[in-house]
Formats: sequence, C-alpha cells, structure tokens
Amino acid sequence: MKVGIVGYGVYIPRWRIRTENIAEVWGQDAEAIKKGLGVEEKSVPSMDEDTATIAVEAARNAMKRAYDLKGHEIGAIYVGSESHPYAVKPTAVTVAEALGLTPNITAADTEFACKAATAGMQACLGLVKGGYVKYGITIGADTAQSAPGDALEYTAAAGGAAYIVGEDNILAEIEGTCSYTQDVPDFWRREGSLYPRHAGRFTGEPAYFEHVIKCSKNLMEKLNTCPTDYTYAVFHMPNGKFPLRAASLLGFDVKKVLPGLVVQNIGNTYSGSSLLGLAAVLDEAKSGDRILMTSYGSGAGSDSFSITVKDAIEQKRMLAPPVKYYINKKSYLSYSIYAKNKKLFRD
Amino acid sequence: MSTTAAHWRRMKDRYRLLGSKCETCGTTFFPATKVCSKCRRKGKTVPIEFSGKGRIFSYTIQHAAPRMFEQHTPSIIALVELDEGPKVLSQIVDCEHNELRIGMEVEACFRKLFEQDRGGIISYGFKFRPLDNSWTKYYEAKKE
Amino acid sequence: MPNKREVAIISAAATKCGEHWDKGIKDLAWEAGVKAVDEAGISGKDIEYLVVGNMSGGMFVGQEHIGALVADFLGLNPIPSLRVEAACASGGIAFSQGCLAVASGLYDIVAVGGVEKMTDVEPEQATSVLSGAMDFEWEAYFGATFPGLYALMAKRYMYEYNVKIETLANVAVKNHFHGSLNPLAHFRNRITVEEALISPMVADPLRKYDCSPVSDGAAVAILAPLEIAKKYTDTPIIVKASVPASDTLSLLKRRDICTIDATVYAANKAFQLAHMERKDIDAVEVHDCFTIAELLAIEDLGFCKKGEASKMVNEGQTYVGGKFPVNMDGGLKASGHPVGATGVKQIAELVKQLRGEAERGRQVNGAEVGLAHNVGGSGGTAVVTILSR
Repeated sequence: MKVGIVGYGVYIPRWRIRTENIAEVWGQDAEAIKKGLGVEEKSVPSMDEDTATIAVEAARNAMKRAYDLKGHEIGAIYVGSESHPYAVKPTAVTVAEALGLTPNITAADTEFACKAATAGMQACLGLVKGGYVKYGITIGADTAQSAPGDALEYTAAAGGAAYIVGEDNILAEIEGTCSYTQDVPDFWRREGSLYPRHAGRFTGEPAYFEHVIKCSKNLMEKLNTCPTDYTYAVFHMPNGKFPLRAASLLGFDVKKVLPGLVVQNIGNTYSGSSLLGLAAVLDEAKSGDRILMTSYGSGAGSDSFSITVKDAIEQKRMLAPPVKYYINKKSYLSYSIYAKNKKLFRD
Repeated sequence: MSTTAAHWRRMKDRYRLLGSKCETCGTTFFPATKVCSKCRRKGKTVPIEFSGKGRIFSYTIQHAAPRMFEQHTPSIIALVELDEGPKVLSQIVDCEHNELRIGMEVEACFRKLFEQDRGGIISYGFKFRPLDNSWTKYYEAKKE
Repeated sequence: MPNKREVAIISAAATKCGEHWDKGIKDLAWEAGVKAVDEAGISGKDIEYLVVGNMSGGMFVGQEHIGALVADFLGLNPIPSLRVEAACASGGIAFSQGCLAVASGLYDIVAVGGVEKMTDVEPEQATSVLSGAMDFEWEAYFGATFPGLYALMAKRYMYEYNVKIETLANVAVKNHFHGSLNPLAHFRNRITVEEALISPMVADPLRKYDCSPVSDGAAVAILAPLEIAKKYTDTPIIVKASVPASDTLSLLKRRDICTIDATVYAANKAFQLAHMERKDIDAVEVHDCFTIAELLAIEDLGFCKKGEASKMVNEGQTYVGGKFPVNMDGGLKASGHPVGATGVKQIAELVKQLRGEAERGRQVNGAEVGLAHNVGGSGGTAVVTILSR
C-alpha cells in the first residue's frame, strides 16, 4: 500500500509585528531590510501561547482533515521544535494528551533546528511502512527566539504544522524521501543561552544551499525525476530570498515556489517553516500535482520529500482552515508590547 | 498555588473539556460527576468530550489580577454556556474588549493557564475564542 | 421544627474595622470579647460553650486552631471551643450553631464570635486567600477573582433586568453615608455618585466603590435561653430563627447566576420558623460584599420581585428614614468586611438598632424586628437570622 499524508493542519498566532516597528527601535533602514530579507512582518505568539499550544491547535486541525481515523489508531507522535517549553519533559506528551491519543502511543520530541519535524515525518514513515503503527503524527512548531537587535529579530516567528502519516485514504502520497547531513556550525544555541547565535554569511552557501541543493538533487536522482516533473517546490524559508535562489540553482521555475512562500507574511516559523509551506501548497494543489519539499536544519541537514497529491485532497482539505486564513487573521503589536510578551524586560 | 499532583489530577478534563453525561436522562455535566443529580441512583453516567462550542453567558474584564496571572492583566473571564448545556468558567482570548457580547458564539482552544514560577510546571487548559467560520469562504471561492 | 428553648441575645459587640497594624487575631478577639462580656454583665466564667467563625487564620497569618486560640486568650479554658468556616459566612454560621447549642438545652450561656486578620499579607495574597471561597479547581485555577465572579453576576443581571450602572453607585453612596455616621466603620467618608462612577475599574462593571474592603475586625455575641437572658438585660433580643443553607460552590453550576438560591431557601425557612412575614421586618443587614450583592439580597430575601430592587434603591427607600432601611452601619462596603467576623458584626448592629442604641442619623426609629443576611463565597452558603425585641 502507498504511504502518505492522511491529514494536515496548521496554526499561526494572530499577532504580527511589522519590520518597520523593529527597525525603528534599532535605528535601522526598514526598506533595505524588507528588500534584503523579503519579509514584511512576522507572527508573534500571545502570552498564553507556546510551542505546545501551537502544536495542539495544528494537530487538532490535522485530525479534522483525517476525519475517518480514530484517535487510538495513531501509534506515534513526534513534535519537532527549537523552542520546546521544557528542556526536559516532552512537548509530545502534552500534545498527545490534548488530542486524546494516550496511552498506547510512542512519543518523543525531536530537535534539529528547523528540520526537527521533517525528521519526525521520516520516523513516522518508517513506523507505518514497517507495520508498527497504523498512523503517525509529526508536528513542527516554534515560538522562535532571537536576540534583541540581531538580524534574526526580523524573521524569528511563531507557528506550526501537523501531518498525519498513514496508508488509508491518503490525500497525498509520499513517494520517497532522502536526507543530507553534515556537521556544519552555521547557527546554534548552547544549553542555558537565551538566544541562538549564527555565523553571518556562512549560513548561506556552505550551510543552507549546500544541503538543500544536494539533498534535493539526490532525491530527484533516486526517483529519476527532474524539476519539470514538479508542479510545486517548497524549501525551508529562513527569509524570502534563500528559497527563490535555491529554486533557481536547482532549475525550478520561481512560480512553483511562490504559493508556498509563507515567510513573506509571517516570517520564519523554524520547525514549522517548510511544513507550513507544504500546507499552503496542499491548500490549492490538484490531484496529480507533484510537490518537492526540502527542509533545512542548521547544524546541518536537509530532508527531501517527493509528494504526489491524490483525489482525496478535494474533500479533506475543506475540513479545516487553510494557511491563508491564518495569515490574514491578524492584529498588530507595538515593539514595547512585543517585548513585554517575550519577557524581554527581565526582572 | 497548587501542587504537581493537583495540576495533573484534572489535566485530561482541562485539556479536552471532558465532562459526563447521564444516559438515563441525557443531562450533561461539567465538571464530570459520577452521580446524576437528577436521577441519583437510577442514573448511569458516562464520560463525554464536549464539542467546545458555546456562547458567552456573561463576561467581565478583570483589572485586578489574581496571583500568577499578573502578566495577563487585564484579563477577560466569562461564563460560557456550552452547546450541550453546562456552563464553564474560562478566559476569552483573541477578542477585543469592545467585541464582547452576551450571546457571542465562542469555541474552545488550547492555551497556557499559568506557570508555577520560572522553573515550575506549566499548566495548560481550555480558553475560548470568538467562533469564526469565515475560513470556509476560502474554499467556496475555489469551487466557483 | 420549633426550638427546644427560645434563644436570646444578652449582648453583642464589635471592634472597629480597619487596618489594625497593632492588633493580631488574639488582640481583636480579646477586644470584642471583653466588650461583649462587660455589656452583658456576666463573668467570662459563666460562658459554657464557644463557637468562632474564621475563614482562614491559616493562610492570612499562619494560624489554625482558632477555637483553641480564642478560648485560651479570652481566659475561657476548658470549655468546648470550636471554629467553624463557611468563607465569608463563617460568622453567620457560627451564630446559627451557637443558637443550636442553646436551643438544645445542653448549654445555657454561649458565646459566639467571629474574627479575621486580613491585612498582614499583601493585597494580592489576600485576594488569593479569598479565592479559596470559590471552586479552586474550576474557578480560581482559570484566573477568576471574587470581583470577577460578582461582576459576572452583575453583567448578566443588568442585561436581563435592564438595570443601569447608577443603581450600583447609589448603593455604594448610601452605604458610605451610613458608614460616615458609624464610629466603628472602616470607612467614614461620604462619596457621590460621580465619584463612584469614575473610580478605578476592578472587574467591569464593578469599580472600586462597588467592592467591600479587606479589613481586620472581630465581633462577639453572648447568647442564653430567654429566661436566663432576662436576668441580665431588660431588653433581651430574641432569635426568632437563624437558618443556614447551601448552594453550589461554583458560579458555573448555579441554577441562575442572578439569584442566590441559598438565600431564598434560608429566608423562606427563617420566616416560616419565626412565624413572620416580610412586612414585619423593620431593618435589614445584608451581605453587600459587592454592591450587586445588595440588590440580589433584597430580592432573594423576598422583599421584592427579582429585578425590582433597583426601584427601591433608586427611590432612596433603603436609607435610614426610608421605607426599607438596609445596612444601617454602612454594610460590608463602608463598615468593613473582616470575613469571618462579618456575620456576627451584623448581629451586633441589629442588636444596637433593636435597642435604639445606634448613633443619630442611622438609627431606625422604633425598630422591633431585624434581619441579618450573611453569604459565603459567590453564594455557596447563606445564613438568614431574624431577631426581635
């Protein structure tokens, strides 16, 4: 039987802060930044939201789309994030409890910067295909943190996406996956540090592009496909520029990337990024369309997936809100309220 | 404010809005009860998960915060009358003060209630946000 | 079921309410106790049984075992001494239990007290302690405060019965007026409706002047069977009925959040036991922890139909000198609300009124029958007491 996506769901908090409001505080040129990063505004969580609450909302939406499965049939749950609420106590158990999936389920949190959840997706594929579980759910969610005044502050955002993997009534088939992993210190956060650090321009070519390009190429070679076989391409979105350049380097028409380019309106949701991009594509794709999705996690690695949309998408997609709804449902915050919410004013 | 065991004891009910229903008379209860107050011994109660849909029965904006909720002041609390009948007390989120109305339709969502302290347990549970079904229009547009 | 013996009050006294930095629980209880015993003309040694109302000595000042404390520090060992708790109705419950002890025939002279020391802790901590009167798991845990709960009642009440915010302000103004004439009141200042309407919002629609304060205070009443009481006073005040009742702990489980069913039940039962009617009552002390509570109380006690108390309030009928005087001492709002003591403080006020001993301007002329109404939490407990000359 073909394994694939049985349900998907997203959640983006409603608060936004504009690039201008951040630039104003740090005395920077907002227009230059918007042009350079390709990000207009980013999503910010409410004070009572965190990675766990975002993951639950996204997962509940995924369950709505996978209407024909029972909770007790989900045998595995993985939550990937770089902002798990606890350093020790998995987000996955809170999400599992909130969805009523406990106790007969395997659960773990995954960590690999922004590709934590796609690693979880591969784990689910293995468990399902191996016959160990009927369904597995992987969720990528983050309330990304950045040091005040650092370039990352313009893009570090909040949001999440959940995918239920199985073999029954799939809305999209996952035809294949591969990964490309090396030890590359482009972006990291030490235990106990509040904010991550990054290596500036080093995060580009030897990090993001090396892995995204090589991984995508390897997958297409493995499956004997090429860019023209794909209707859509989704790449991890640290900003609005890198995915477009990746597309160009791989030979993808930029039009195929635009539908999934959610970063322009909500910023980089880290572990949610490529999965939110994929969801935006699934919100409009037709049966038979093919999607290439390649995630990227600093440190570094990429997971690539080749996905073909199935007939069931038409009926299932309508059962939960699309990414566009969450993007458009927004209210703006001033920098001071944003800082208060992030508890930037420490006691 | 609360011990870890006390946090955990009602966790499932808080996460999923669980109550009970009397199969004899059909009355639903929140919080869950083992005995139906109407049927007493003649009643048979079973656990149920509420849909999370309801209406605001009454609301207020609290300016004096309770302990551990200081950061969230002012907060909106409301009695929400669930579609199934019982009322629950909870916060209303994602809603401007001037949008609040008695009778407003709301739906449950999953949020942080409070943190014991910087290093303590985080308590999660249900809050309510205005019901917004406008997302369905994104699909109607496509159908045409 | 009739009392086995008629119960009467020999004396009842209260401390001034306020922020008493120099007085702890022991001092407050002592002060009220000595006053009551002196006024009664008895010796402490005559007291056979002691019931004390106190909501939370433990969480306010780290002190439990209040029954033993009061007996010890009032020099009453080894008599039985118990503390009863029903949140803000602890005092009323203590009074009703003291009456039971006398009515049973087992005890003759019984002392009933109420004491609360609330101001040693920060206001946020006091609010937290008071939250113990609601359903901790399903109300406090979800971020509700007491002003919040009563605000929910007020909002719904104003919505259902088309009551304006000025009505609540009128209650506060009246109570502050009465309090200004009461030397024992926590607040002696008069306020205007305008001041009330612009005071800081606490929980919409309740503002600062809609909320009773955190106070320290104590009150003690000396009870005896009527025949014995007559030996000590020419004006024994007869307890015609003192009836407690209960309702759901939480507001969310109430039948109707605009009605405190416990008050309705207790009032009906009290009037039945007393063989009296609403029109027999000359003066009323109700539990105005928040101004809305005074409106609900007038209705739930049966003095008018649900939704119609505002008419009485807005026409000035509830002032001393009006057709239906309410809270002649300033109520909880102005005279103070030391939670465990309030129920007994109300009795002390009624005794004063029925003996014509209240200060000029707040004495109800010719008052013969009074009613006290004490509530715990958002209505989980209510006690209705009818006293008569």
